[in-house]
Amino acid sequence: MLAHAIFFYFFSVIAVFSAIMVIASKNTVHSVFFLILDFISISCLFIMIGAEFLGMIMLIVYVGAVAVLFLFVVMMLNVAQQKDEWFKGKIFTSHIPFGFLISIIIFLELIIVIGGWKYKPNLIETSSIQIDKNFTNTHALGNVIYTDYIHLFQLAGLILLVAMIGAIVLTYRKREGVKRQSYFRQVSREKVEGVTLVDVKSNKGVNLND
Amino acid sequence: MINIALGHYLILAAIIFIIGVIGIFLNRKNVIIILMSIELILLAVNINLVSFSIFTQDLTGQIFTMFILTVAAAEAAIGLAIIVVYYRNKGSIRVEGINSLKG
Repeated sequence: MLAHAIFFYFFSVIAVFSAIMVIASKNTVHSVFFLILDFISISCLFIMIGAEFLGMIMLIVYVGAVAVLFLFVVMMLNVAQQKDEWFKGKIFTSHIPFGFLISIIIFLELIIVIGGWKYKPNLIETSSIQIDKNFTNTHALGNVIYTDYIHLFQLAGLILLVAMIGAIVLTYRKREGVKRQSYFRQVSREKVEGVTLVDVKSNKGVNLND
Repeated sequence: MINIALGHYLILAAIIFIIGVIGIFLNRKNVIIILMSIELILLAVNINLVSFSIFTQDLTGQIFTMFILTVAAAEAAIGLAIIVVYYRNKGSIRVEGINSLKG
């Protein structure tokens, strides 16, 4: 129990600190690095309390794909130059107190909800898919996700497909002056326009340019 | 303090959620930070779902966390594509510059 507490506080302090640094650091590249640190510490928490599969998936998806995508875009767009401008927008500073106020109100509401909340006495019995201690976490998830949740699973794949197509369509552009292949024209070429037969006289040669 | 229960995880999730909300409200620098704040908020939701799932012995929360992960990845890809297109058109992604709609 003590080890659990020590690790929980360790990882959660790192998570909260790096979350603050994500929104507060002046350099966007540093923000992305702190985002990666945040994801890693939260996935350590997940692994610690027994959701190993999700912890590993978070590492792969967030750290391996999403954060690297962020890093790629940050470096491609050259926004790291825009430093030192955190509160310096002269025109729009009036929203900052309201932002803090609303954030604090939301936080207090969440704390009130958590403080006043209690288990129903029969909560464990009413849970729909109970965690079986005999299986590993991955095994149990696999048992459920390919049977009961198969349609949602396919739908998740469809969402990813639509996102991929959307990203490609958004960023695609035709550029002038770049030579490209045209498969239709290549395949539909006829013999008549491609080849000419010439009678070559002896010792004369052929002039190809006419 | 020593006995870590569900409430500890919920408070951690609430703190990270609020940091994400503050990041959205206060940001004047660039849109990428706002996208990262959205990722933080989704992360807080994931912490809530997983901790409820573990402490109530119900697997459904972890399944929904997987779906949230999918949606978060799709949203990040689309958002970054929009940012790239915007930067190509305007040459900057400052939040103050995004006022073409006069809203």
